[in-house]
Amino acid sequence: MLGKGVGGGGGSKAPKPSFVSYVRPEEIHTNEKEVTEKEVNLHLLPGEQLLCEASTVLKCIQDDSGQHGICGKLVCTDFKIAFLGDESTLDDNEPQFKNKVIGENDITLHCVDQIYGVFDEKKKPLFGQLKKYPEKLIIHCKDLRVFHFCLRYTKEEEVKRIVSGIIHHTQAPKLLKRLFLFSYASAKQNNTATGPPHQTMMFDTIKDWHWELERTKGNIKYKAVSANEGYKVCEKLPAYFVVPVSLSEEDISCFQGRGIPIWCWSCHNGCALLKMSAFPKEQDDSILQTQKAFLDGIYKTIHKPPYENLKTEELSNTFISLQEIQTSYSKFKQLFLIDNSSEFWDTDVKWFSLLESSNWLDIIRRCLKKAIEVIECLEVQNTNVLLIEENASDLCCIISSLVQVMMDPYCRTRFGFQSLIQKEWIMGGHCFLDRCNHLRQNDKEEVPVFLLFLDCVWQLLQQHPPAFEFTETYLTVLSDSLYIPIFSTFFFNSPYQKDTNLGKESQDSQSKPLSLLTVWDWSVQFEPKAQILLNNPLYVEKPKPDRSQRRASHFKHQRQLSLPLTQTKSSPKRGFFREETDHLIKNLLGKRISKLINSSDELHDSFREFYDSWHSKTVDYHGLLLPHIEGPEIKVWAQRCLRWIPEAQILGGGPVATVNKVLEMMEEVQSLQKKIDEKHNSLMAPPLDALSLLRKPTRLSSLFPFALLQRHSSKPVLPTNSWKALGDEEDLAKQEDEFVDLGDV
Amino acid sequence: MPSSRDGFTRDLCEEIPRLPGETRITDKEVIYICPFNGPIKGRVYITNYRLYLRSLETDSGALLDIPLGVIARVEKMGGASSRGENSYGLDITCKDMRNLRFALKQEGHSRRDIFEVLTKYAFPRSHGLPLFAFLNEEKFPENGWMVYNPIEEYRRQGLPNGQWRVSFVNKRFEMCETYPSILVVPYHSTDDDLRRVATFRSRNRIPVLSWIHPENKNVIMRCSQPLVGMGGKRNKDDEKYLDIIREANGQISKLAIFDARPSVNAVANKATGGGYESDDVYHNAEIFFLDIHNIHVMRESLRKLKDIVYPNVEESHWLSSLESTHWLEHVKFVLTGAIQVADKVASGRSSVLVHCSDGWDRTAQLTSLAMLMLDSYYRTIAGFEVLIQKEWISFGHKFASRIGHGEKNYADTDRSPIFLQFMDCVWQMSKQFPTAFEFNEQFLITILDNLYSCRFGTFLFNSEYAREKEKVMMKTLSLWSMINSDKGKYTNPFYTKELNRALYPVASMRHLELWVNYYIRWNTRMRQQQPNPVEQRYVELLALRDEYVKRLEEMKMTNSAKLSSSSASSSATSQMMPHVQTPF
Repeated sequence: MLGKGVGGGGGSKAPKPSFVSYVRPEEIHTNEKEVTEKEVNLHLLPGEQLLCEASTVLKCIQDDSGQHGICGKLVCTDFKIAFLGDESTLDDNEPQFKNKVIGENDITLHCVDQIYGVFDEKKKPLFGQLKKYPEKLIIHCKDLRVFHFCLRYTKEEEVKRIVSGIIHHTQAPKLLKRLFLFSYASAKQNNTATGPPHQTMMFDTIKDWHWELERTKGNIKYKAVSANEGYKVCEKLPAYFVVPVSLSEEDISCFQGRGIPIWCWSCHNGCALLKMSAFPKEQDDSILQTQKAFLDGIYKTIHKPPYENLKTEELSNTFISLQEIQTSYSKFKQLFLIDNSSEFWDTDVKWFSLLESSNWLDIIRRCLKKAIEVIECLEVQNTNVLLIEENASDLCCIISSLVQVMMDPYCRTRFGFQSLIQKEWIMGGHCFLDRCNHLRQNDKEEVPVFLLFLDCVWQLLQQHPPAFEFTETYLTVLSDSLYIPIFSTFFFNSPYQKDTNLGKESQDSQSKPLSLLTVWDWSVQFEPKAQILLNNPLYVEKPKPDRSQRRASHFKHQRQLSLPLTQTKSSPKRGFFREETDHLIKNLLGKRISKLINSSDELHDSFREFYDSWHSKTVDYHGLLLPHIEGPEIKVWAQRCLRWIPEAQILGGGPVATVNKVLEMMEEVQSLQKKIDEKHNSLMAPPLDALSLLRKPTRLSSLFPFALLQRHSSKPVLPTNSWKALGDEEDLAKQEDEFVDLGDV
Repeated sequence: MPSSRDGFTRDLCEEIPRLPGETRITDKEVIYICPFNGPIKGRVYITNYRLYLRSLETDSGALLDIPLGVIARVEKMGGASSRGENSYGLDITCKDMRNLRFALKQEGHSRRDIFEVLTKYAFPRSHGLPLFAFLNEEKFPENGWMVYNPIEEYRRQGLPNGQWRVSFVNKRFEMCETYPSILVVPYHSTDDDLRRVATFRSRNRIPVLSWIHPENKNVIMRCSQPLVGMGGKRNKDDEKYLDIIREANGQISKLAIFDARPSVNAVANKATGGGYESDDVYHNAEIFFLDIHNIHVMRESLRKLKDIVYPNVEESHWLSSLESTHWLEHVKFVLTGAIQVADKVASGRSSVLVHCSDGWDRTAQLTSLAMLMLDSYYRTIAGFEVLIQKEWISFGHKFASRIGHGEKNYADTDRSPIFLQFMDCVWQMSKQFPTAFEFNEQFLITILDNLYSCRFGTFLFNSEYAREKEKVMMKTLSLWSMINSDKGKYTNPFYTKELNRALYPVASMRHLELWVNYYIRWNTRMRQQQPNPVEQRYVELLALRDEYVKRLEEMKMTNSAKLSSSSASSSATSQMMPHVQTPF
C-alpha cells in the first residue's frame, strides 16, 4: 500500500491532489468484485508532478482463493506510476522491509520494461498511439514485478488519458536534462539535509586514488595522474586515474586516452590488473602504423622491470559479446515475468531446458571462469594482466571487478564493494544511461552488463556466505536501485557527462551546482531497522594477523606447488604467495611455472590444477575466494527472480528460516552479554528485562523480505500439469511393476 | 618388490579398520584408476565386509573404504591380448552412484583370484554364504529393534478408538504374507469380512489404516489394486468395506481414492486381472490418478542420472541433461501426489485410500510422505525411524528385491531405486524447510549407505514374514542402534519443534534441486563444505549462549563480594566479542 510504502520521501510537503471517487459499487458487485476504495493519498517527492490519473481501476491479485481485484486509482507522475488502493493488509503483513522511496504499488518510469494491453482476452504489446484502448493493462517491470490493472470499470476518457500517458512517459525517447533526477535535485536544493557521511570511496578526487594505491601497495610501480582534469584529454576517462610510473603525459594524451594501460588494482605479489581501450578499427595504413608503433613503445615500457611479464586478454572478440548478453537476458527474464498460475505450471515441466536455452547461467559461468583464469595469471604465474576492450567499459568492468572481489577481501565488505563499483563502473565509464536505456533512445544499446556482474557476485555469495559483509538482499536492492532516478549513481554514461550536466564545468552557471544523491546513502531508501537486513550475520571480521603463523603456511604453499597431487587438507586457502616477503623466490617460481605453460592445452591444465588445488583445501574467507563453476553450482538468483511469484513461495521455509534463527541467536547472545557486563559493572544490577526478541515468532516465507505473504492459508500449491513425453522410456512405462498374472489370484 | 617394502605394507594391513566379526580374506597390489586424480598405486584389502584401498604412493589414509554390499557387479576388463597401460583389470559397478576400476598385473592369476574373492563375498547369497549382518558382532548402547512397536505407535495416534480396532487376523501372516501381523481396521468389520476383502485385492493386501488425523479423524488407508480384471468383476464385501471406511469419521462426502499410477497403466492392469475402483461400482468413492511411473521407469531414470554425474559432471549442457534424466520430474510427481493426499486429509474433506498395483512401492512413498507432511512427530529422528520401520519395512516394501542384497544378478528387473526416491523427496522437503526436521542430511545419507551395506538387518528381506523366519531381530543388529547411540551426529541444530503444523513443500522445478551431496559426492571437485557455514555459525552461537547462561548462573550463585574473579571472566568476555559483533 502506497500510504505505508512512502513514508518520508524527502520531507517536503507535496500538494495534495484532489480526490474524487467515481466508484459505483452496485455496478461492480454484479461482477463479484470486492470494492472498498478508501481515500489514499498520493505522496509526491520534491519536484514530482502528477501527470494523469484514472479512478475505479482494479488491481488484480492472484492468490489461493483465485483472482480478486482491489479498487483504486491509477496515477502517472513524472517519476512513477502508482496505484492508490486499499489492500486492507493485516497487521501481520506489515512489511518489515519497506522502501521509503518506492512503495509496493509504485513503479518508477525507468523500471517499466514492457506494457501489454488485453483486448478481448488477447494480450498484445502496446506502443505509441493507440486506436483502441485495452480493457486491461499488464505492466512488466525491470525488477521482474508484474502488475495487472483492469480498466473495465474506468471511464473511457480516463482510460484514454492514463493509458496513453503511461505509454508516452515510459516509452518515448527522453532528453537527459528531462530526467527526474534534475527536477528532484533542484527542488531539494533548499533543504539540503545531506545524509550521514559514508565511507565509500568515490574516486572523484586524486586523494582517493592515492589511498587505493597505498592500500594495494601499488604505489611503487604506478602513479595517479591528473592529466585529464577538466576532461582535457578525453571525455571517456575520469578526471583522475592511475597509470604505470614510466608512462609520460604525452603518451596519455597521444590518442585521447586510447592505447594506454590504466591501472585497476595491484595484487599482493606486486602484479597488477590493467585495462586498455583498444583503437577503433582503422582502414588507413599509415594511421595503423603509428598506432602499432605507439603500442609497441607502450608494451616495451611495461615489459621491462619493474613490471616483468604481461599477459593481454582481448575481451572484445574472443569473449562474450554484448549482443549475446542482451539476447540471453531477454529470454531469461521472460521466465520470471509470469502472468498467471497456469503459465507458471505450464513452464514448470520444461523449466531446466528453458533455463538452459536462455544461456544466462552459462554466460555467468564464462565470466566467472575468465576471472579465475586472470587470477591464475596474477597469482600463480606472477604476470601482469592487461584487459583490452573497445572502450574498456563493459566486459572489462565485469572481469576486473570480479577478479578484485575474489582476490581482495576488502571488496567483500560493504564499503569496499561500493568503492569497487565507484572505481571500476562509475569512474570506469560504464554507460549506465545507455545500458539501462534510461532515456529510451536506443533499444539496441540496452544490455544488462551490471546486472550480470551482480549475478556473478551473487553466485560467489551463495557459495561462500561467510566471506561477504553484505547479504543477497543487499545485492537485490542494489539491482533495483538501477531504476530509481533520484540517485545519480546509475544515471550517467561517464563522470564527464555527469559533471557537465550538473554545471560543474560550465562557466555561465551562477547558481551553485546541483548536488545529487548517491545510492550508497542507504538511509534514503531504508530505515535503520530495514538496513539490518543488508548486513550478513555470517560475516566475521578478519582476525588480527599472526606473523609467525603466516610464515609457516607460506612455506607449505611452495611445497605444494612442486607436488600438486599431494594436498594437505588442513592448510587454509591463502594466496600462493602471501604478503610481500621473499621476492626472489617468487620470481624464480613464477618463471619456472610460466616456462611450463606454452600451448593452450597446458594453459587449460594449469587452470584446472589451480582450480582443483584451491577447491581441495578449506576456505579462508579472508583470502582468495574462488567459485565452483560446475553445472549444478551455478544457480538462479532465486531471491531476485522468484520474489514476486506467489506459486514459488515456500510458506515458513526457504533459506531465510535458518538465517533468521542465526539472527535470533545473536540477539540472545548479545542480551546475555549485556547482562553479564551489567553484573560486572555494578553488582547492584538493575532488574533484568526479559529476553526481547525483536522478531515476532510469525513464520516468514521464502519470499522474505520482499513480497508479503500472498497466500493467507497454509493450503498447498498444487501443480496443475501433466507429464511431458518420456521419450525412449515409453516402453518401460507401459510395463507392469512385476510380471505376475493376477487373474486367478 | 623389495622384501622390506613388502614387510612394511604387511604391517600396515593390520591397521585397516575392522568391525567385530569382520575377517580379512585377501589383499593385493593394484593400480586404482581414480577418475579424478588419475592412476594411483595401492594395496586393496578385502574382508568379508569391506573393500579397503590404501595408497602406496602417499601416506594419506584410505583411498577407498566401502562395504561389499554396495557392489552391484564385478567385471573383468581387458584380456590377455590387451595392450596399453592399465587396461587389464577389474571394473566394479556400485549401487551408490560410482564405479571403481583397478588395473592389475597380467602375470600369476592375480586378477582371477581377486575376482573370485570379490564375487564370493560381495554376493554371498549367490554362493550360499550368510550376509555380513549375520556375522556382525558390534555392540551398541542403544537397541534399535525397540524403536518401533506397532501397538505403541497406534496408541500414539489415539488408536484403537470407537471406529478403529486392532486386528490380529494376520497374526501368523495367514491372510497376507507381505503385511505385518498387526493391522488397524474399521471397528465394524469382522475378521471374516477382512478375509473376504482379501480375495479381491492383489496379493491380499487389503485396505488398512496408516494414519489418522488427530482432529478431524480423517484417515490415510493403504492397499493394493482391486482385482477387477477385463470382465469388470465386483466384490460386495470390498464395496461395503470401503463404505465403512468412508463413514468411520462420520463424513458424508465421498471417499477419495488416490491411484498412484497413470490412468493408462491402471486401465492396462485390467488385462492381468487388476484394475481400479470405477465410480459406477463404487458410488461413494472418487478416484484420482497421480501419474507416477513404475519401477522400471525409475530405474532407467536413475541410470541416466548416473551417466551425467559420474565420473564427470556434464558441464555445458548440465540443465538439459538433468532434465532428460527426468529424475527430478519423477520426484516432483511423487511429492505432488503426497501433497494431494495430505491436503485431502488435512482440509477435512474426506478420508483417503492410496494404492498402486501391489501397494508396496509408490503407495509406500505416498503414505509416508503425506504422513511426514501432516505429523511433526515423523520429522524427529525417532519418529522418522518409526515411519520407515512402519510404512516401508513392516508393510513389505521389497527391499531384498529392489536392492538385491548379496545377489549377483545385477540385471534383475525387480531392482529399482524407489526408497532412494523417497529419501530424495524427504531431502527436498528438508531443504525447503530447514528448521522443520530434527535430523540432518548426514542422517539421510547414513540411512542410504546402510540400505546397501548389509551391516545391519534393518533393510534385509522383503517382508516381516521373511524376517521372522530368518530371525533377523535375534541374529542381526538394527541400523537405529548405531544411529541412536550417536544422535548428536545426525541432529539438525536449526530444528524448531512445531506441533501440528502441516508442511507442504512447493513441488515446482524452480525449487527442486539435485541432491549434490548424495549423487555427486564422489566427485572431489564438487565437494561441498561440511558442515555448511550457516550451520557452523549457529552452532558457535549456541555454544556461546550456553556458556553465557552458565556464567550468569555462576554469578548469581556467588552473588556478592566476588570482585576478584570478575576481572578474569570479563577478559574472557572480550575475547568472545568478535564473534558477535557483525551486524549490529
